[in-house]
Amino acid sequence: MILTTVSQRRDLLARSRTVAMVGASPNPTRPSYFVFSYLRTRGRLDLSPINPAVAQIDGVKAYPSLEAYAAERGAPDIVDVFRKPADAPAVARAAVAAGAKAIWFQYGVINQDAIDIADAAGLDVVVDRCIKVESARFDGGLSIGGLNSGLITARRPAQFGAPRH
Amino acid sequence: MPIYQTTSFVFDSTEHAAELFALRTYGNIYSRIGNPTVAALEERMASLEGGLGAVATASGLAAQLVAVLCIAQAGDHLVASASLYGGTVTQFTVTLKRMGIGCTLVPGDDPAALAAAIMPNTKALFTETIGNPLGNVADLEAWATVAHEHGLPLIVDNTFASPALCRPIEWGADIVVHSATKFLGGHGTAIAGVVVESGRFPWNAGKHPLLSEPSPGYHDMNFAETFGEFAFLMRARAEVLRDVGAALAPMNAFLVLQGVETLPLRMKAHVENARIVAAFLRERDEVAWVNYAGLPDSPFRELAKKYLPDGAGAVFTFGLRGGREAGRAFIETLDLWSHLANVGDAKSLVIHPATTTHQQLTEDEMRAGGVTPEMVRLSVGLEDPDDLLWDLERGLRAAAAVAARDTVGAQA
Repeated sequence: MILTTVSQRRDLLARSRTVAMVGASPNPTRPSYFVFSYLRTRGRLDLSPINPAVAQIDGVKAYPSLEAYAAERGAPDIVDVFRKPADAPAVARAAVAAGAKAIWFQYGVINQDAIDIADAAGLDVVVDRCIKVESARFDGGLSIGGLNSGLITARRPAQFGAPRH
Repeated sequence: MPIYQTTSFVFDSTEHAAELFALRTYGNIYSRIGNPTVAALEERMASLEGGLGAVATASGLAAQLVAVLCIAQAGDHLVASASLYGGTVTQFTVTLKRMGIGCTLVPGDDPAALAAAIMPNTKALFTETIGNPLGNVADLEAWATVAHEHGLPLIVDNTFASPALCRPIEWGADIVVHSATKFLGGHGTAIAGVVVESGRFPWNAGKHPLLSEPSPGYHDMNFAETFGEFAFLMRARAEVLRDVGAALAPMNAFLVLQGVETLPLRMKAHVENARIVAAFLRERDEVAWVNYAGLPDSPFRELAKKYLPDGAGAVFTFGLRGGREAGRAFIETLDLWSHLANVGDAKSLVIHPATTTHQQLTEDEMRAGGVTPEMVRLSVGLEDPDDLLWDLERGLRAAAAVAARDTVGAQA
Protein backbone atom coordinates (compact mmCIF):
# COMPACT_ATOMS: atom_id res chain seq x y z
CA MET A 1 0.00 0.00 0.00
CA ILE A 2 1.23 3.48 -0.78
CA LEU A 3 1.37 5.47 2.45
CA THR A 4 0.46 9.11 1.93
CA THR A 5 -0.65 10.43 5.30
CA VAL A 6 1.28 11.63 8.33
CA SER A 7 -0.33 9.05 10.60
CA GLN A 8 0.55 6.23 8.19
CA ARG A 9 4.19 7.26 8.30
CA ARG A 10 4.13 7.56 12.08
CA ASP A 11 2.64 4.07 12.41
CA LEU A 12 5.17 2.61 9.96
CA LEU A 13 8.09 4.04 11.93
CA ALA A 14 6.57 2.93 15.23
CA ARG A 15 6.18 -0.69 14.14
CA SER A 16 9.57 -0.93 12.38
CA ARG A 17 12.95 -1.77 13.87
CA THR A 18 15.38 -2.91 11.17
CA VAL A 19 16.25 -0.57 8.29
CA ALA A 20 18.47 -1.45 5.35
CA MET A 21 19.76 1.78 3.80
CA VAL A 22 20.56 1.26 0.13
CA GLY A 23 23.13 3.82 -0.97
CA ALA A 24 24.20 4.91 2.52
CA SER A 25 27.46 6.83 2.15
CA PRO A 26 30.34 7.32 4.60
CA ASN A 27 31.01 10.74 3.01
CA PRO A 28 30.02 13.24 5.75
CA THR A 29 28.80 15.81 3.20
CA ARG A 30 26.26 13.43 1.62
CA PRO A 31 22.60 13.65 2.62
CA SER A 32 22.50 9.87 3.13
CA TYR A 33 25.22 10.18 5.76
CA PHE A 34 23.20 12.84 7.59
CA VAL A 35 20.23 10.49 7.66
CA PHE A 36 22.30 7.47 8.67
CA SER A 37 24.13 9.35 11.42
CA TYR A 38 20.97 10.90 12.82
CA LEU A 39 19.07 7.64 13.01
CA ARG A 40 22.08 5.74 14.36
CA THR A 41 22.68 8.18 17.19
CA ARG A 42 19.00 8.38 18.04
CA GLY A 43 19.33 4.68 18.72
CA ARG A 44 15.79 3.38 18.18
CA LEU A 45 16.17 1.86 14.72
CA ASP A 46 18.60 -0.95 13.87
CA LEU A 47 20.34 0.40 10.75
CA SER A 48 22.48 -1.37 8.19
CA PRO A 49 24.18 0.35 5.25
CA ILE A 50 23.80 -1.46 1.92
CA ASN A 51 26.86 -0.38 -0.05
CA PRO A 52 29.32 -2.70 -1.82
CA ALA A 53 32.07 -0.09 -1.62
CA VAL A 54 32.41 -0.03 2.16
CA ALA A 55 32.76 -2.60 4.95
CA GLN A 56 31.23 -0.39 7.64
CA ILE A 57 30.07 3.15 8.40
CA ASP A 58 30.83 4.54 11.88
CA GLY A 59 31.37 1.00 13.12
CA VAL A 60 28.07 -0.34 11.73
CA LYS A 61 28.55 -3.32 9.44
CA ALA A 62 27.67 -2.70 5.79
CA TYR A 63 26.32 -5.32 3.38
CA PRO A 64 27.09 -5.41 -0.34
CA SER A 65 23.47 -6.10 -1.31
CA LEU A 66 19.99 -6.58 0.09
CA GLU A 67 20.40 -10.27 -0.71
CA ALA A 68 23.49 -10.46 1.48
CA TYR A 69 21.71 -8.54 4.23
CA ALA A 70 18.70 -10.87 4.18
CA ALA A 71 20.91 -13.96 4.22
CA GLU A 72 22.47 -12.85 7.50
CA ARG A 73 19.88 -10.64 9.16
CA GLY A 74 16.60 -11.87 7.68
CA ALA A 75 13.93 -9.66 6.12
CA PRO A 76 14.31 -5.92 6.92
CA ASP A 77 11.32 -3.98 8.19
CA ILE A 78 12.17 -1.06 5.88
CA VAL A 79 14.40 -0.73 2.83
CA ASP A 80 15.38 2.96 2.63
CA VAL A 81 16.46 4.01 -0.87
CA PHE A 82 19.11 6.64 -1.67
CA ARG A 83 19.62 5.92 -5.37
CA LYS A 84 18.89 7.79 -8.57
CA PRO A 85 15.33 7.22 -9.81
CA ALA A 86 16.44 5.04 -12.75
CA ASP A 87 18.00 2.55 -10.31
CA ALA A 88 14.88 2.36 -8.14
CA PRO A 89 13.07 -0.54 -9.91
CA ALA A 90 16.05 -2.86 -9.39
CA VAL A 91 16.15 -1.88 -5.70
CA ALA A 92 12.41 -2.49 -5.45
CA ARG A 93 12.79 -6.00 -6.93
CA ALA A 94 15.65 -6.74 -4.52
CA ALA A 95 13.57 -5.47 -1.59
CA VAL A 96 10.70 -7.75 -2.57
CA ALA A 97 13.09 -10.69 -2.89
CA ALA A 98 14.58 -9.91 0.53
CA GLY A 99 11.11 -10.06 2.07
CA ALA A 100 11.08 -6.39 3.15
CA LYS A 101 7.86 -5.22 4.78
CA ALA A 102 8.19 -1.65 3.50
CA ILE A 103 10.21 0.40 1.05
CA TRP A 104 10.98 4.09 1.57
CA PHE A 105 12.04 6.20 -1.40
CA GLN A 106 13.94 9.29 -0.21
CA TYR A 107 13.49 12.85 -1.58
CA GLY A 108 13.61 12.83 -5.37
CA VAL A 109 13.73 9.05 -5.73
CA ILE A 110 10.54 8.96 -7.76
CA ASN A 111 10.01 6.10 -10.22
CA GLN A 112 6.54 4.77 -10.98
CA ASP A 113 7.78 1.31 -12.01
CA ALA A 114 9.59 0.94 -8.70
CA ILE A 115 6.49 2.05 -6.80
CA ASP A 116 4.32 -0.42 -8.74
CA ILE A 117 6.72 -3.33 -8.17
CA ALA A 118 6.76 -2.81 -4.41
CA ASP A 119 3.07 -2.04 -4.12
CA ALA A 120 2.06 -5.11 -6.16
CA ALA A 121 4.20 -7.30 -3.88
CA GLY A 122 2.32 -6.02 -0.83
CA LEU A 123 5.01 -3.76 0.61
CA ASP A 124 4.14 -0.50 2.31
CA VAL A 125 5.54 2.27 0.11
CA VAL A 126 6.63 5.80 1.04
CA VAL A 127 7.66 8.11 -1.80
CA ASP A 128 9.60 11.40 -1.91
CA ARG A 129 9.94 11.69 1.86
CA CYS A 130 12.95 11.64 4.17
CA ILE A 131 13.01 9.02 6.93
CA LYS A 132 15.09 11.37 9.08
CA VAL A 133 12.64 14.24 8.73
CA GLU A 134 9.67 11.96 9.40
CA SER A 135 11.38 10.48 12.46
CA ALA A 136 12.18 13.97 13.71
CA ARG A 137 8.57 15.00 13.09
CA PHE A 138 7.38 12.46 15.65
CA ASP A 139 10.21 12.53 18.19
CA GLY A 140 10.23 16.33 18.63
CA GLY A 141 13.36 16.99 16.57
CA LEU A 142 11.65 19.28 14.07
CA SER A 143 9.95 21.20 16.85
CA ILE A 144 13.17 21.91 18.74
CA GLY A 145 14.61 23.20 15.46
CA GLY A 146 11.82 25.73 15.00
CA LEU A 147 10.42 23.65 12.14
CA ASN A 148 6.75 22.99 11.56
CA SER A 149 6.07 19.40 12.60
CA GLY A 150 2.46 19.77 11.50
CA LEU A 151 1.48 18.19 14.81
CA ILE A 152 -0.73 20.24 17.08
CA THR A 153 -0.62 18.49 20.43
CA ALA A 154 -0.26 19.31 24.11
CA ARG A 155 1.82 16.14 24.52
CA ARG A 156 5.53 16.87 24.18
CA PRO A 157 7.65 14.04 22.78
CA ALA A 158 9.84 12.82 25.65
CA GLN A 159 13.11 12.58 23.72
CA PHE A 160 13.55 16.25 22.89
CA GLY A 161 11.10 17.52 25.46
CA ALA A 162 13.37 18.55 28.32
CA PRO A 163 16.82 19.79 27.33
CA ARG A 164 19.28 20.04 30.20
CA HIS A 165 20.87 23.39 30.84
CA MET B 1 5.35 27.24 28.30
CA PRO B 2 8.61 27.07 30.28
CA ILE B 3 11.09 29.92 29.83
CA TYR B 4 14.49 28.37 29.16
CA GLN B 5 16.39 31.33 30.57
CA THR B 6 19.79 29.90 29.80
CA THR B 7 22.66 30.54 27.45
CA SER B 8 23.72 26.94 26.79
CA PHE B 9 22.69 23.31 26.96
CA VAL B 10 24.42 20.25 28.40
CA PHE B 11 25.45 17.67 25.80
CA ASP B 12 24.67 13.99 26.33
CA SER B 13 28.16 12.94 25.18
CA THR B 14 31.04 14.09 22.99
CA GLU B 15 29.43 12.27 20.07
CA HIS B 16 26.13 14.10 20.69
CA ALA B 17 27.97 17.43 20.77
CA ALA B 18 29.72 16.63 17.50
CA GLU B 19 26.46 15.58 15.83
CA LEU B 20 24.82 18.85 16.96
CA PHE B 21 27.63 21.03 15.68
CA ALA B 22 27.63 19.15 12.36
CA LEU B 23 23.86 19.82 12.03
CA ARG B 24 23.24 16.09 11.79
CA THR B 25 20.92 15.95 14.76
CA TYR B 26 18.34 18.32 16.23
CA GLY B 27 18.81 19.88 19.61
CA ASN B 28 20.18 22.85 21.48
CA ILE B 29 23.73 24.11 21.71
CA TYR B 30 23.60 27.80 22.55
CA SER B 31 20.69 30.23 22.75
CA ARG B 32 22.15 32.48 20.04
CA ILE B 33 21.29 29.70 17.57
CA GLY B 34 18.26 28.09 19.17
CA ASN B 35 16.37 27.81 22.45
CA PRO B 36 13.36 25.63 23.36
CA THR B 37 11.13 28.59 24.31
CA VAL B 38 12.10 30.42 21.13
CA ALA B 39 11.57 27.21 19.12
CA ALA B 40 8.02 26.93 20.43
CA LEU B 41 7.31 30.40 19.05
CA GLU B 42 9.02 29.53 15.77
CA GLU B 43 6.99 26.37 15.24
CA ARG B 44 3.73 28.12 16.10
CA MET B 45 4.48 30.98 13.71
CA ALA B 46 5.36 28.49 10.97
CA SER B 47 2.10 26.71 11.66
CA LEU B 48 0.05 29.93 11.65
CA GLU B 49 1.62 31.14 8.39
CA GLY B 50 1.52 27.73 6.70
CA GLY B 51 5.31 27.55 6.42
CA LEU B 52 7.84 24.76 6.67
CA GLY B 53 9.59 26.36 9.61
CA ALA B 54 10.69 29.64 11.14
CA VAL B 55 13.65 31.45 12.64
CA ALA B 56 12.91 34.01 15.35
CA THR B 57 15.11 37.08 15.69
CA ALA B 58 15.75 39.93 18.09
CA SER B 59 13.55 42.31 16.08
CA GLY B 60 11.62 42.68 12.84
CA LEU B 61 14.55 44.49 11.24
CA ALA B 62 16.77 41.57 12.24
CA ALA B 63 14.27 39.18 10.64
CA GLN B 64 14.55 41.07 7.34
CA LEU B 65 18.33 41.16 7.57
CA VAL B 66 18.51 37.40 8.21
CA ALA B 67 16.13 36.72 5.32
CA VAL B 68 18.08 38.91 2.90
CA LEU B 69 21.56 37.76 3.98
CA CYS B 70 20.46 34.15 3.62
CA ILE B 71 20.05 34.63 -0.14
CA ALA B 72 22.01 37.78 -1.11
CA GLN B 73 25.57 39.05 -0.75
CA ALA B 74 27.70 41.96 -1.98
CA GLY B 75 27.02 42.54 -5.68
CA ASP B 76 23.41 41.37 -5.43
CA HIS B 77 20.20 43.37 -5.66
CA LEU B 78 16.63 43.50 -4.34
CA VAL B 79 13.42 44.90 -5.80
CA ALA B 80 11.11 46.30 -3.13
CA SER B 81 7.88 48.22 -2.84
CA ALA B 82 8.39 51.97 -2.43
CA SER B 83 5.68 51.98 0.22
CA LEU B 84 7.52 50.45 3.17
CA TYR B 85 8.19 51.26 6.79
CA GLY B 86 10.86 53.98 6.90
CA GLY B 87 13.25 51.78 8.88
CA THR B 88 13.03 49.13 6.19
CA VAL B 89 13.75 51.71 3.49
CA THR B 90 16.91 52.86 5.30
CA GLN B 91 17.94 49.26 6.01
CA PHE B 92 17.69 48.48 2.31
CA THR B 93 18.89 51.72 0.73
CA VAL B 94 21.60 52.73 3.22
CA THR B 95 22.88 49.86 5.35
CA LEU B 96 22.49 47.02 2.84
CA LYS B 97 23.79 49.34 0.12
CA ARG B 98 26.96 49.90 2.20
CA MET B 99 27.29 46.12 2.35
CA GLY B 100 27.08 45.99 -1.45
CA ILE B 101 23.48 44.85 -1.81
CA GLY B 102 21.55 47.24 -4.01
CA CYS B 103 17.82 47.92 -3.93
CA THR B 104 15.33 49.42 -6.38
CA LEU B 105 12.12 50.79 -4.86
CA VAL B 106 9.06 50.46 -7.10
CA PRO B 107 5.78 52.32 -6.44
CA GLY B 108 2.59 50.30 -6.78
CA ASP B 109 2.14 46.69 -7.93
CA ASP B 110 2.24 47.07 -11.69
CA PRO B 111 3.79 43.79 -12.91
CA ALA B 112 5.52 45.50 -15.83
CA ALA B 113 7.16 48.05 -13.51
CA LEU B 114 8.26 45.30 -11.12
CA ALA B 115 9.64 43.20 -13.96
CA ALA B 116 11.47 46.24 -15.39
CA ALA B 117 13.28 46.76 -12.07
CA ILE B 118 14.57 43.17 -11.97
CA MET B 119 18.22 42.86 -12.93
CA PRO B 120 20.40 39.79 -13.55
CA ASN B 121 21.77 40.07 -9.99
CA THR B 122 18.34 40.51 -8.32
CA LYS B 123 17.82 37.88 -5.62
CA ALA B 124 14.34 38.61 -4.23
CA LEU B 125 11.25 40.82 -4.33
CA PHE B 126 10.01 42.41 -1.11
CA THR B 127 6.70 44.01 -0.15
CA GLU B 128 4.48 44.61 2.88
CA THR B 129 0.98 43.08 2.94
CA ILE B 130 -0.34 46.43 4.17
CA GLY B 131 2.11 49.25 3.49
CA ASN B 132 3.29 51.45 6.36
CA PRO B 133 2.09 54.16 6.50
CA LEU B 134 0.38 54.48 3.11
CA GLY B 135 -2.09 51.72 3.96
CA ASN B 136 -1.90 50.23 0.47
CA VAL B 137 -2.78 46.57 0.15
CA ALA B 138 -0.23 44.70 -1.97
CA ASP B 139 -1.47 42.59 -4.86
CA LEU B 140 0.40 39.58 -3.52
CA GLU B 141 -0.48 37.27 -6.41
CA ALA B 142 0.85 39.79 -8.92
CA TRP B 143 4.10 40.16 -6.95
CA ALA B 144 4.49 36.38 -6.63
CA THR B 145 3.84 35.84 -10.34
CA VAL B 146 6.48 38.37 -11.39
CA ALA B 147 8.96 36.97 -8.86
CA HIS B 148 8.49 33.36 -9.92
CA GLU B 149 8.58 34.20 -13.63
CA HIS B 150 12.09 35.53 -12.96
CA GLY B 151 13.14 32.61 -10.76
CA LEU B 152 13.05 34.78 -7.64
CA PRO B 153 11.43 34.38 -4.23
CA LEU B 154 8.88 36.83 -2.87
CA ILE B 155 9.46 38.09 0.68
CA VAL B 156 6.38 39.58 2.35
CA ASP B 157 6.37 41.59 5.57
CA ASN B 158 3.05 40.52 7.10
CA THR B 159 3.37 42.60 10.28
CA PHE B 160 0.28 44.80 9.80
CA ALA B 161 -2.06 41.95 8.85
CA SER B 162 -0.75 39.10 11.00
CA PRO B 163 -1.66 35.55 10.00
CA ALA B 164 -5.08 36.11 11.57
CA LEU B 165 -6.02 38.38 8.64
CA CYS B 166 -3.75 37.22 5.78
CA ARG B 167 -1.42 34.31 5.10
CA PRO B 168 0.86 35.44 2.24
CA ILE B 169 2.26 31.95 1.58
CA GLU B 170 -1.23 30.96 0.43
CA TRP B 171 -0.96 33.72 -2.20
CA GLY B 172 2.46 32.69 -3.46
CA ALA B 173 4.92 34.28 -1.04
CA ASP B 174 8.02 32.20 -0.33
CA ILE B 175 9.24 33.96 2.79
CA VAL B 176 7.19 35.88 5.37
CA VAL B 177 8.80 38.22 7.87
CA HIS B 178 7.25 39.86 10.90
CA SER B 179 7.97 42.45 13.45
CA ALA B 180 6.52 40.26 16.22
CA THR B 181 6.74 43.36 18.40
CA LYS B 182 3.41 44.44 16.91
CA PHE B 183 0.16 42.47 16.79
CA LEU B 184 1.79 39.08 17.46
CA GLY B 185 3.10 40.18 20.86
CA GLY B 186 0.23 42.60 20.99
CA HIS B 187 0.88 44.34 24.30
CA GLY B 188 3.92 46.54 23.62
CA THR B 189 6.15 44.47 25.91
CA ALA B 190 8.90 42.92 23.76
CA ILE B 191 10.88 43.63 20.60
CA ALA B 192 10.91 40.50 18.43
CA GLY B 193 10.95 39.29 14.84
CA VAL B 194 10.43 36.10 12.90
CA VAL B 195 11.22 34.72 9.43
CA VAL B 196 8.90 32.00 8.10
CA GLU B 197 9.75 30.09 4.93
CA SER B 198 7.41 28.02 2.79
CA GLY B 199 9.83 25.26 1.80
CA ARG B 200 8.50 25.47 -1.76
CA PHE B 201 11.07 27.69 -3.46
CA PRO B 202 13.63 25.87 -5.69
CA TRP B 203 16.82 27.24 -4.09
CA ASN B 204 18.90 24.82 -6.17
CA ALA B 205 17.82 26.30 -9.54
CA GLY B 206 21.05 28.31 -9.87
CA LYS B 207 19.97 31.83 -8.89
CA HIS B 208 20.97 31.51 -5.22
CA PRO B 209 24.53 30.20 -4.92
CA LEU B 210 24.59 30.97 -1.18
CA LEU B 211 22.26 27.99 -0.83
CA SER B 212 23.23 25.83 -3.79
CA GLU B 213 27.03 26.02 -3.69
CA PRO B 214 29.51 24.92 -1.01
CA SER B 215 29.51 27.28 1.96
CA PRO B 216 32.87 28.23 3.49
CA GLY B 217 30.90 29.24 6.60
CA TYR B 218 29.95 25.63 7.17
CA HIS B 219 32.86 23.43 6.06
CA ASP B 220 31.78 23.65 2.41
CA MET B 221 28.34 22.26 3.05
CA ASN B 222 25.91 22.60 0.17
CA PHE B 223 22.70 23.50 1.99
CA ALA B 224 20.34 22.80 -0.92
CA GLU B 225 21.82 19.38 -1.56
CA THR B 226 22.13 18.39 2.08
CA PHE B 227 18.85 19.71 3.43
CA GLY B 228 16.58 19.84 0.37
CA GLU B 229 13.44 21.79 1.17
CA PHE B 230 14.96 22.83 4.55
CA ALA B 231 17.96 24.54 2.89
CA PHE B 232 16.87 28.12 3.54
CA LEU B 233 15.79 27.51 7.13
CA MET B 234 18.94 25.58 8.00
CA ARG B 235 21.26 28.23 6.57
CA ALA B 236 19.22 31.09 8.04
CA ARG B 237 19.74 29.64 11.52
CA ALA B 238 23.04 27.78 11.42
CA GLU B 239 25.00 30.36 9.46
CA VAL B 240 23.22 33.72 9.23
CA LEU B 241 21.66 33.97 12.69
CA ARG B 242 24.80 32.42 14.16
CA ASP B 243 27.01 35.07 12.57
CA VAL B 244 24.70 38.11 12.73
CA GLY B 245 23.97 37.39 16.39
CA ALA B 246 20.48 38.89 16.47
CA ALA B 247 18.89 36.08 18.47
CA LEU B 248 15.56 36.45 20.25
CA ALA B 249 15.77 36.28 24.04
CA PRO B 250 13.73 33.44 25.61
CA MET B 251 11.83 35.83 27.89
CA ASN B 252 10.78 37.90 24.87
CA ALA B 253 9.77 34.74 23.01
CA PHE B 254 7.56 33.89 25.99
CA LEU B 255 5.91 37.33 25.90
CA VAL B 256 5.20 36.97 22.18
CA LEU B 257 3.89 33.42 22.72
CA GLN B 258 1.44 34.81 25.28
CA GLY B 259 0.27 37.33 22.72
CA VAL B 260 -0.09 34.79 19.92
CA GLU B 261 -2.51 32.76 22.07
CA THR B 262 -5.10 35.55 21.80
CA LEU B 263 -4.17 36.79 18.30
CA PRO B 264 -7.45 35.99 16.47
CA LEU B 265 -9.58 37.47 19.25
CA ARG B 266 -7.52 40.62 19.42
CA MET B 267 -7.36 41.10 15.64
CA LYS B 268 -11.14 40.84 15.44
CA ALA B 269 -11.50 43.52 18.13
CA HIS B 270 -8.74 45.71 16.59
CA VAL B 271 -10.52 45.60 13.21
CA GLU B 272 -13.93 46.44 14.72
CA ASN B 273 -12.53 49.46 16.56
CA ALA B 274 -10.55 50.57 13.49
CA ARG B 275 -13.72 50.58 11.39
CA ILE B 276 -15.53 52.68 14.00
CA VAL B 277 -12.67 55.18 14.27
CA ALA B 278 -12.20 55.45 10.49
CA ALA B 279 -15.94 56.01 9.95
CA PHE B 280 -15.94 58.70 12.67
CA LEU B 281 -12.98 60.58 11.21
CA ARG B 282 -14.41 60.51 7.69
CA GLU B 283 -17.45 62.52 8.78
CA ARG B 284 -15.41 65.29 10.41
CA ASP B 285 -14.77 68.67 8.80
CA GLU B 286 -11.35 68.92 10.49
CA VAL B 287 -10.25 65.83 8.56
CA ALA B 288 -9.17 66.22 4.93
CA TRP B 289 -8.92 62.53 4.15
CA VAL B 290 -8.91 59.07 5.73
CA ASN B 291 -6.84 56.33 4.15
CA TYR B 292 -8.12 53.01 5.48
CA ALA B 293 -8.42 50.06 3.12
CA GLY B 294 -11.42 48.95 5.16
CA LEU B 295 -13.49 51.95 4.02
CA PRO B 296 -15.96 51.28 1.16
CA ASP B 297 -14.47 53.96 -1.14
CA SER B 298 -10.81 53.14 -0.50
CA PRO B 299 -8.78 52.69 -3.70
CA PHE B 300 -7.52 49.50 -2.05
CA ARG B 301 -11.03 48.19 -1.34
CA GLU B 302 -10.94 45.43 -3.95
CA LEU B 303 -7.48 44.23 -2.93
CA ALA B 304 -8.56 44.34 0.71
CA LYS B 305 -11.64 42.23 -0.06
CA LYS B 306 -9.43 39.67 -1.76
CA TYR B 307 -6.47 39.48 0.62
CA LEU B 308 -7.97 40.75 3.89
CA PRO B 309 -11.58 39.51 3.93
CA ASP B 310 -11.80 39.68 7.73
CA GLY B 311 -10.60 43.26 7.91
CA ALA B 312 -7.85 45.56 6.67
CA GLY B 313 -6.04 45.72 10.00
CA ALA B 314 -6.05 48.49 12.56
CA VAL B 315 -3.25 50.82 11.47
CA PHE B 316 -4.16 53.63 9.11
CA THR B 317 -3.56 57.28 8.37
CA PHE B 318 -5.62 60.42 7.98
CA GLY B 319 -4.89 64.02 7.04
CA LEU B 320 -5.76 66.99 9.25
CA ARG B 321 -6.75 70.29 7.72
CA GLY B 322 -4.34 72.94 8.97
CA GLY B 323 -1.14 71.05 8.27
CA ARG B 324 1.74 70.49 10.64
CA GLU B 325 0.63 72.90 13.44
CA ALA B 326 -2.85 71.44 13.57
CA GLY B 327 -1.27 67.99 13.73
CA ARG B 328 0.89 69.05 16.65
CA ALA B 329 -2.11 70.43 18.57
CA PHE B 330 -4.10 67.27 17.83
CA ILE B 331 -1.44 64.89 19.11
CA GLU B 332 -0.57 66.99 22.15
CA THR B 333 -4.23 67.20 23.19
CA LEU B 334 -4.86 63.45 23.15
CA ASP B 335 -4.79 61.79 26.57
CA LEU B 336 -6.01 58.26 25.97
CA TRP B 337 -4.09 57.67 22.74
CA SER B 338 -0.38 57.18 23.47
CA HIS B 339 1.98 59.28 21.37
CA LEU B 340 4.77 56.82 20.63
CA ALA B 341 6.60 55.05 17.82
CA ASN B 342 4.93 51.66 17.76
CA VAL B 343 1.85 49.98 16.33
CA GLY B 344 -0.09 46.83 17.10
CA ASP B 345 -0.47 47.39 20.82
CA ALA B 346 -3.60 46.65 22.86
CA LYS B 347 -3.53 50.39 23.60
CA SER B 348 -4.35 52.95 20.94
CA LEU B 349 -1.35 54.78 19.52
CA VAL B 350 -0.81 57.92 17.48
CA ILE B 351 2.18 59.42 15.68
CA HIS B 352 3.12 62.02 13.04
CA PRO B 353 5.21 60.03 10.51
CA ALA B 354 6.81 62.95 8.64
CA THR B 355 8.65 64.12 11.76
CA THR B 356 9.26 60.73 13.38
CA THR B 357 9.19 57.25 11.80
CA HIS B 358 9.90 58.49 8.28
CA GLN B 359 12.01 61.53 9.17
CA GLN B 360 15.25 59.99 7.83
CA LEU B 361 13.83 59.56 4.34
CA THR B 362 14.53 61.97 1.52
CA GLU B 363 11.61 64.07 0.25
CA ASP B 364 11.38 61.90 -2.84
CA GLU B 365 11.32 58.73 -0.73
CA MET B 366 8.65 60.28 1.50
CA ARG B 367 6.52 61.18 -1.50
CA ALA B 368 6.97 57.68 -2.96
CA GLY B 369 5.96 56.23 0.38
CA GLY B 370 2.93 58.53 0.56
CA VAL B 371 4.15 60.39 3.66
CA THR B 372 2.73 63.93 3.67
CA PRO B 373 3.14 66.73 6.29
CA GLU B 374 -0.51 66.63 7.40
CA MET B 375 -0.55 62.84 7.83
CA VAL B 376 -1.33 61.33 11.24
CA ARG B 377 -0.98 57.58 11.78
CA LEU B 378 -3.24 55.70 14.17
CA SER B 379 -2.90 52.22 15.58
CA VAL B 380 -6.34 51.46 16.94
CA GLY B 381 -6.29 49.47 20.17
CA LEU B 382 -8.77 47.48 22.17
CA GLU B 383 -10.27 50.20 24.40
CA ASP B 384 -13.98 50.99 24.48
CA PRO B 385 -14.53 52.80 21.16
CA ASP B 386 -16.61 55.52 22.84
CA ASP B 387 -13.58 56.48 24.89
CA LEU B 388 -11.39 56.54 21.79
CA LEU B 389 -13.84 58.79 19.92
CA TRP B 390 -14.17 61.08 22.94
CA ASP B 391 -10.43 61.64 22.99
CA LEU B 392 -10.26 62.13 19.20
CA GLU B 393 -13.07 64.69 19.44
CA ARG B 394 -10.95 66.71 21.89
CA GLY B 395 -7.94 66.48 19.60
CA LEU B 396 -9.90 67.53 16.53
CA ARG B 397 -11.31 70.58 18.32
CA ALA B 398 -7.81 71.62 19.36
CA ALA B 399 -6.59 71.16 15.79
CA ALA B 400 -9.50 73.21 14.46
CA ALA B 401 -8.75 76.02 16.89
CA VAL B 402 -5.15 76.17 15.65
CA ALA B 403 -6.27 76.04 12.04
CA ALA B 404 -8.77 78.89 12.63
CA ARG B 405 -6.16 80.98 14.47
CA ASP B 406 -3.66 80.49 11.65
CA THR B 407 -6.29 81.43 9.07
CA VAL B 408 -7.17 84.61 11.01
CA GLY B 409 -3.48 85.40 11.42
CA ALA B 410 -2.91 85.02 7.71
CA GLN B 411 -5.78 87.39 6.94
CA ALA B 412 -4.62 90.06 9.42
